[in-house]
Amino acid sequence: MKTKFGIKEVVAIGIGTALFVVLTNVQVPFGIIPNTALQSRVAILTFFAAVFGPVVGGAIGLIGHALGDALFYGGVWWSWVFPDALFGIVVGLFASKYAIREGGFSNGKTIVFFNVVQVIGNALAWIGLAPLLDILIYAEPAAKVFTQGVLAFIGNIIVAGVLGTLLAAAYSKVGAKSSSLTKED
Amino acid sequence: MEPIIEFRNYTFKYRSQVEPTLRDINLTIYPGEKVLIVGPSGSGKSTIAHCINGLVPFSFPGEAQGSLTVGGKEPAKEGVFGMSKTVGTVLQDTDGQFIGLTVAEDIAFALENDCVEQEEMFARVDAVAEIVDVKKLLGNAPTELSGGQKQRVSMAGVMVDDVDILLFDEPLANLDPATGKRAISLIDEIQKKKNTTILIIEHRLEDVLYKDVDRIIVIGEGRVAADCRPEELLCGDVLEKQGIREPLYVTALKHAGCALAPETHPEHVETMELAPYAQQVRNWFEKAPLPPKEKKTEPMLEVLDLDFAYITGRPVLRDIRFKIHKGEMISVVGKNGAGKSTLSNLICGFVNPDNGAILLGGKDIAGLSIKERGEKIGLVMQNPNQMISKPMIYDEVALGLRARGVLEEQIKEKVYDTLKICGLYPFRNWPVSALSFGQKKRVTIASILALDPDILILDEPTAGQDYRHYTEIMEFLKELNEKHHITILMITHDMHLMLEYTDRAVVIADGRLLADDTPAKVLTNEEIARQAYLKKTSLYDLALRCGISDASAFAERFIHYEREVRRKCRDY
Amino acid sequence: MSRLLTYAPKDTWIHRLSGVTKLLFFLLWSVVGMLTYDTRVLLVMLLCSLVLYKTSKTEWKQVGTIFKFILLFLALNLFTIFAISPYQGTEVYGTRTDLLHLFWHYTLTKEQLFYEFNIMLKYFTVIPVVLIFIVTTNPSEFAASLNRIGISYRAGYAVAIALRYVPDVQHDFTKIKHAQEARGIEMSSKANLLTRLKNMSTIIFPLIFSSMDRIDVVSNAMELRGFGKNKKRTWYSGKPLQRNDYLSIVFVIVFCVSALVVTFYDGSRFYNPF
Repeated sequence: MKTKFGIKEVVAIGIGTALFVVLTNVQVPFGIIPNTALQSRVAILTFFAAVFGPVVGGAIGLIGHALGDALFYGGVWWSWVFPDALFGIVVGLFASKYAIREGGFSNGKTIVFFNVVQVIGNALAWIGLAPLLDILIYAEPAAKVFTQGVLAFIGNIIVAGVLGTLLAAAYSKVGAKSSSLTKED
Repeated sequence: MEPIIEFRNYTFKYRSQVEPTLRDINLTIYPGEKVLIVGPSGSGKSTIAHCINGLVPFSFPGEAQGSLTVGGKEPAKEGVFGMSKTVGTVLQDTDGQFIGLTVAEDIAFALENDCVEQEEMFARVDAVAEIVDVKKLLGNAPTELSGGQKQRVSMAGVMVDDVDILLFDEPLANLDPATGKRAISLIDEIQKKKNTTILIIEHRLEDVLYKDVDRIIVIGEGRVAADCRPEELLCGDVLEKQGIREPLYVTALKHAGCALAPETHPEHVETMELAPYAQQVRNWFEKAPLPPKEKKTEPMLEVLDLDFAYITGRPVLRDIRFKIHKGEMISVVGKNGAGKSTLSNLICGFVNPDNGAILLGGKDIAGLSIKERGEKIGLVMQNPNQMISKPMIYDEVALGLRARGVLEEQIKEKVYDTLKICGLYPFRNWPVSALSFGQKKRVTIASILALDPDILILDEPTAGQDYRHYTEIMEFLKELNEKHHITILMITHDMHLMLEYTDRAVVIADGRLLADDTPAKVLTNEEIARQAYLKKTSLYDLALRCGISDASAFAERFIHYEREVRRKCRDY
Repeated sequence: MSRLLTYAPKDTWIHRLSGVTKLLFFLLWSVVGMLTYDTRVLLVMLLCSLVLYKTSKTEWKQVGTIFKFILLFLALNLFTIFAISPYQGTEVYGTRTDLLHLFWHYTLTKEQLFYEFNIMLKYFTVIPVVLIFIVTTNPSEFAASLNRIGISYRAGYAVAIALRYVPDVQHDFTKIKHAQEARGIEMSSKANLLTRLKNMSTIIFPLIFSSMDRIDVVSNAMELRGFGKNKKRTWYSGKPLQRNDYLSIVFVIVFCVSALVVTFYDGSRFYNPF
C-alpha cells in the first residue's frame, strides 16, 4: 500500500478533481426515479483511486464532490460528500494489487478482484455511510435515505464496473510491454 | 573563464530503455553565452535539458556515466530543488507550466515555495512582470491570455528567482510566426540586459536565428554531431544529414548551386553578403521551370458571407467568403485567436452562424446535424490523444462506422482498405498505445477517412513535430490529396506548411478575410504578413537582394522545385 | 456552462474580508445548520443569511438559475420524504394531529408538515451562505485560506490546481465531445443504458488519458520551481486578517455556540411545539 504524498499526488488530486467537477453534470438518468443517474464522474474517481491509491482517491472524492456541489448546485451535501471519499479510499487501498500502471490489469483475476473491491466500496459508501450520515446530520427518514442509497449503489457499481474496468484495462495497456507485437502483412 | 555547464564523457540511459539516450557527450558552455541546441525528435536534445535542470535522474530515473557540472554543482547530487536556484526552465507546454490561478500568482510561485514574505513578493513580481511586459495582465486568468502571453509569464516565473541559466525547451512550438519572433527578441533582450546564460532547444532553426546566437550544437542519435558557430554550420551539410531544416534562403542558395562560405555570414538573410551568389541565383530563377497552372474544378465547399459572434456585439468572424474546389489542398491561416478554429466549428456545425451560409456540393448544409455533416466533412483534431477513444487500432478506425450501424462484414473491409491507404495495415491488430505520435495521428486520420468524407479538415496537423515527422505527415496528406483526390483544408500557423504543401491560403485576421491567394503571394506581401501575424518568407528578401523584383514568382518556382525533388523521393 | 457559480469582484465589506474568515464562517454556519432542527434557531439563522445576502450586493442574475435548481431539488426531496415516510414527523414529535386524509395510507399530519417545514428552513439558512461564499471569495485566496485554518499546504494547493484546470478541462471536454459527435456518436440519443455508457466512454477515455499526460507535465513544472521543498510556504494572494475579520470570527463562534446551546438545552435537536 502506498501512502506517499508527493508532488505527483498533489497534481493528480488537482487534475482528477477538475475532471470530476467538469463531469458533474454529464449523467445518464436511469428510470423515472429522481436524483438518480449514471454519473460519469464516478468513472473518474474509480480510475484515479485505482491508479494513484487511497490518498488521491479519497481526496478527489471529498474535494471533487464538495466543489462540484458548491459550483453547480450552490450547496454542499456533506452526507454524500464523505461516502464518495470513502469509496475512493476503499478502491485505492488495493491500488498496488491492480498494478494498472505496470500493465498488470489484464488478467481475469485482477479484474474480478477490482470489481469485488468496487462493489464492497460502493456498498460501504452508499448503503452504509450515506444513509447513516443522512440520518445523523439531517435527521431524514431511514426508509427514504436507504432507498436513495440503494439506487446510488446500483448506479455507481454499473459505472465503476463498466467504465472503470474498461478505463483501467485500456490504461494498463499503455504501460504494458509492446515487444510481443509483430507487423503482419 | 570557468565554464558554467560542463559535460565530460557523459552517457545516460533511461531505466525504461535498453540503449543509452546520450552517448559520450562532451560540451562546455561559458557564462553569458547564448547557445542553440538542435536535433530531431528522439535525438536526446531534451534529455540534455533534463540533465541540466535535475529532472534526470530524479523524475526520469536512469544511469549516468561521466561527469556533469552546472554552476559548480552536480545536478545528480543537488536534485531538482537544488538546481532550481541556478537553472530556470521554460517548458514547451505553456498551459502545463502555468500553475497559478492568475498571472501574478504564477510568477510568484517559486517565491511562495521559498517562503518569501508577501510584501517582498509584490515588489519582485512587479519588477519581473515589467521586464517581460505582462504588468497589465497581473490579475488575469490563463484562459484570458494568448499563447505568447502565457509564455512570457512562464519566463517571468523562472526569472523571478534570478537564475544564472535560462533553459528554453522548444519555445516556438505553439506560437504563430510573429509571436515567435517577438519571443526570440525578448530572450535576446534578457540576455543582453542580465547577461544570463541562455540555452534554447528548438528545431525551428531559421526562426531562432532571427537574433544572433553564439553557438549551435547539433545532437544526433545521442551524440554531439556539431558544435560550431552558426555561419559554419549553415555552410556545411550536418543539418541536412541530421534531418533538420535549414533556413529556406540557405536551401534556395544551395539549389542555385552556390557554395556558401562562412565569411559571407549567412545567419541573417537581411545582412548576409550576397554579392558572390546573386548572379547564380538570378540564373537559377530564369531557368527554373514554372509551376503548372492549376485546373479549375467545381466548388466543393462554399462559405458565403459568414458572420458569427459568441457574445452579441463582439463578432468573431465577419463577412467570411471563400470557396474550396474539389481536389484542392488549401490552408486557412492567421494568428492564434483570429477565428480560424471558429470557422471550422461553423463548418462542422458545432456552432451556428448568425448570418450567411455554407454550401457543400452546392447545397446549403444549415439543416444538417453534426452527425450528418460528419459523414461529408471529416475533422481531425490537433492532438490525436484527444481523439482516440478505443484501445485497439482496428476498433478506433471502425468507431464511426459502428456508430452508423454498418454491418460488421462491411466494416471490416472498409477498415482494412483505409488502414492500407494510411500505411497502418501491418499494425491492424496492435493497441494504439504502441504507436508513435505520428502514427497515432495517422490513426485519427484513418478513423475519419473510413467514413468517406468529401472533405478533410485538419487542425494544426504538424504542431510540435520535428522536420522528419512533419515531412512524413505532410507527404502522406499530399498523397491522399493527389492519389485519392481528397479535398483537404488545413488550419495552421505554420508558414512552411502553407508555402510548401497548399495551393492556396485563406488568410483571416481579426475576424475578417484578409487575403485569398497563393501562399507565395501571401508570404511575400509585407502588409498581409504583418496584419495576420505571419512573417514574410526569407525567400522574399533573398529575391529582392539578388535583384529579382518578382519575389513571389521566385518563391513559387522555389516551392515547385522543392516539390518535384520530394515527389521524386516519394516515387522512388 | 453558464450555470456554474463564479466569483464576481465587488466592493462591499464582505468582499473585503479575508478568505479565511469567510471559509470559517461558511464551515461553522454549515455545521450548525446541519445539526440544529430548532425552528427558532433556524429562523434567526435564516434572517441573518438574508441580511448577509443583501449586504453582499449579490445580484439575482448571478445566482438565479442555480437557486431555481435548488428549489426544484428541495421540492423533490420534500416530496420523496412524504412519499416514503409520511409519518416521520409523528415519530419525531411523538404526537399525531391529522389534517387531511389523502388516499391509501397517506394522511397529512401537522407534525409531518412542521417537520418538512424545518427541513426546508435548513436548506434556506445554509444556501445563501454558500452562494455568498462562492461569489464573494476570490478563488486565489482559497488555497491560502485552507492552509491558514490548518490544512496542509499540499492539500490546499491540490484545490488550487483543481480550480486552475477546471476551465481547461471544460474546454477539452467540449472539443472532444464535438469531434466524437461528428464521428457519429450521439450523447442525447434514446438508446439503451449500455450503449449510452459506451458513448460516454468515447469522450471520457481521451479526456482522462490526455489528462494523465498533463499530470506529468504539471508535476515536473512545479518541481522545477521548488514546490514542496519547505515545510511551509507563503501565499501571494493571502489576505491578512483585519479588524472586521476578527469581529466576524468572534461573532460566528459566539453565535454558533449559543445556537447549539439553545438547540440542545432540552436534550433534543428538535423544537417541539406540540
